[in-house]
Amino acid sequence: MSFELDRVGLIHDAGQAQGQRALRAVSIKVARGERLAIIGPSGAGKTTLLRILASSIRPTEGRVSVLGNNPWQLNGSKLRQLRSRIGFIHQAPPIPPRQRAITAVLAGRLGQWPWWKSALSLIYPADIAGPRDQLARLDLADRLFDRCDRLSGGQLQRVGVARVLYQAPDLLLADEPVSAMDPALADLTVSQLHQEAQSRGVTLVASLHAVDIALRWFPRVIGLKAGELVFDLPPEKVSEGVLRDLYASETGVLPSQDNQPFHLAFEGHAVDEAPAGRGQVPVAPPRVI
Amino acid sequence: MSAATFAERRAAMGFCLQCWLTLLLLSLLVWASFAYLSLDLSRLFSAESGRGMLRFVLRFFPPDTSAEFLRKIAKGTLETLAISALGTLLAAGAGLLLALPAAGRMGPVLKALTRFLLNALRSVPELVWAALMVLAAGLGPFAGTLALALHTSGVLGRLFAESLENAAPEPARALVESGAAPALVFGYATLPLIAPQLIAYSLYRWEMNIRMATVLGFVGAGGLGQMLYYELSLLHEAQASSVIIAMFALVVLVDAASAFVRRRQMRPGG
Amino acid sequence: MSHSVAQPRLRDPDARRRAGWALLALLALWPLVQIAEFRPVDLFDARNLAVMGGFLGQFFPPNLSGEFLVFVLKATIETLAMATAGTALAMLLALPLGLVLTHSLSVSRIGPGPDRSVGEAIRALARMVLLILRGIPELVWALLLVRAFGLGPAAGVLAIGLTYGGMLGKVYSEIMESGDTRPARVLLETGSGRLMAFFYGLLPGAAQELASYTIYRWECAVRASVIMGFVGAGGLGQLMDQSMKMLNGGEVSTILIVFLLLVLLADALSVFLRKLLA
Repeated sequence: MSFELDRVGLIHDAGQAQGQRALRAVSIKVARGERLAIIGPSGAGKTTLLRILASSIRPTEGRVSVLGNNPWQLNGSKLRQLRSRIGFIHQAPPIPPRQRAITAVLAGRLGQWPWWKSALSLIYPADIAGPRDQLARLDLADRLFDRCDRLSGGQLQRVGVARVLYQAPDLLLADEPVSAMDPALADLTVSQLHQEAQSRGVTLVASLHAVDIALRWFPRVIGLKAGELVFDLPPEKVSEGVLRDLYASETGVLPSQDNQPFHLAFEGHAVDEAPAGRGQVPVAPPRVI
Repeated sequence: MSAATFAERRAAMGFCLQCWLTLLLLSLLVWASFAYLSLDLSRLFSAESGRGMLRFVLRFFPPDTSAEFLRKIAKGTLETLAISALGTLLAAGAGLLLALPAAGRMGPVLKALTRFLLNALRSVPELVWAALMVLAAGLGPFAGTLALALHTSGVLGRLFAESLENAAPEPARALVESGAAPALVFGYATLPLIAPQLIAYSLYRWEMNIRMATVLGFVGAGGLGQMLYYELSLLHEAQASSVIIAMFALVVLVDAASAFVRRRQMRPGG
Repeated sequence: MSHSVAQPRLRDPDARRRAGWALLALLALWPLVQIAEFRPVDLFDARNLAVMGGFLGQFFPPNLSGEFLVFVLKATIETLAMATAGTALAMLLALPLGLVLTHSLSVSRIGPGPDRSVGEAIRALARMVLLILRGIPELVWALLLVRAFGLGPAAGVLAIGLTYGGMLGKVYSEIMESGDTRPARVLLETGSGRLMAFFYGLLPGAAQELASYTIYRWECAVRASVIMGFVGAGGLGQLMDQSMKMLNGGEVSTILIVFLLLVLLADALSVFLRKLLA
């Protein structure tokens, strides 16, 4: 068992009258090696769900078990050990702008390396081939020693992916990992995530705004809407009707990576749901290939 | 054209009663200050005192420009620069160490304690620290270095703590959630974010400390100030005036250099 | 494609540059340490330790006898009076010099004036005077003026007036240049004098910023007056200097406490007044 959520719910600012509900009674069981996509309209609770799995926020209801542990019952060092086995790809890569790409990738192993090795790597990288290979998988090897503020949004996102690939975690969580990439690079990146998961037999969970990528790549697709689990199906069972229900509250068009009308969808313009980068990450011009 | 009405005249006169009252109050305070110090400006600027002043100023000319004394001045200038640079460097190190607890990273008790310590270090003027350090370490530039380091750690510690508190938390949080130890999180996520700011603050403080280091010598803490105090107490006005010119040149050069650097940073892409 | 990349450099290309800088920094540090006679051992020299220990031991309790407190109170008022009188003097000096420096008030600039070079020469002179005034630290002025006027607060007031006059003059002209200078220009073009152009054209826009900066300088002047006494120019510093020379720890700690309170008070008052203006 990779992880299990049992009737998990979350209310932000629980205890206050104005508490906002983000998740309600979500139950999922995922075995080791499974690969699943989470889709749903924005605000459905995709990120919240992933962050609960990353032991980053504590659910207010229900029971969580990740890699055989309840993260909220572990002591400090045990929790650190657990966390070093979980990799989280952020939508806006949390990388300091002035850091070099290699250092940003090396940071993935901080939880596993002895402290002196990590500390020395700030001065001279203890491993160069490793980060180089991970960046090469994402077609970014030539930017190994470049500073991150010189990279475009899509390139920075791939550095964030490379960091987690380098971490080699037992549970790969990805929150909109390809939101700033064009369709070709998005496919390359998702394919590398799958290759990693399959070759090492680890679990991959990715939230995606693009329905096409989710249906094309993932053997299991979960629909989330207003904090509730709507469906949990293999992609071939995901029908147009199911999707129409899922995105009903939006304009009725299914979002896809290239922003073109998705073939399962009905007529009309595609929604431009590509989220702008948030946080300190500079929004870069779209990369042209 | 009709004559102004009474209301119009009143409005024109009393256009800002508060302004006039404030000005009156301020003038009163200034007058009281002069009175309390029994300063008589007319006496200060009288012809007699002017002649005395002129005699006094003339004794400073010409400045001593003998090679031997210029060498001494060069040494004093270097000493001043060394005091300020080393003092600022020490302060930056201590400031960073103190900023971590002061930013609340080690609990609220330590935060309150270090904040108090930083305020105390900062509130005591450099010159007072220098007088104390001369007692603790003896006469000479070492005392000046310590004095600058102590005062500046208070200033930089507070500024660094603010930078730490304002740094974006996401990079650090991401590393914590991948199981990294706190010290490493600091090195890999927080420090690279705030480093440019810390360096800018330190350089700015160094600039101020060069100015300060020229006068710390008045209480025996080395540098050009100690030379000036010494020469003046021996009534060597020619030598003193050389030292003053050196101080002036140092201050103006540092001013110009920092203005130059700042202009270059302002320029886009610079 | 991923592993077909030809084996690129496996050395950090930045390492050599970084090592070079680190080496350079270390090499620069060594003479600094030598010149500054940086010897932490001195702190633990038995004689220094004894002096400092005895001195610090007297810090507690502070001297709170009525007689001494009266001295301290008088010195505190003297310090504040020095700062206020010094700032007033500085303004008196800075306003005319700042006005002379302000380009937007230059009559010769706008029209076919009789002789532009005279105006430029006066401006250069004013700039020079301001540079000399603020380029020499206030404590140096005080040290010199004590020799001319004798011990006491007169030297301190003049020292603050001179240095801060130089600073204020420069900043005043900068403030007046940074605002909207068109009203003054229009007035000059219609034939008004530069003083009236200042009062009607520039002052209304710049008054608030000018006042705010002057208050800030007053705050700095309080800090400066506190230490003026170390060269004999009156105020709390002089009292502190005497107590220190006598190694009277109790008195020094009392004065230190008053220092802190005074600086905090000036700080708070300055912030309050500037907020009131904003």
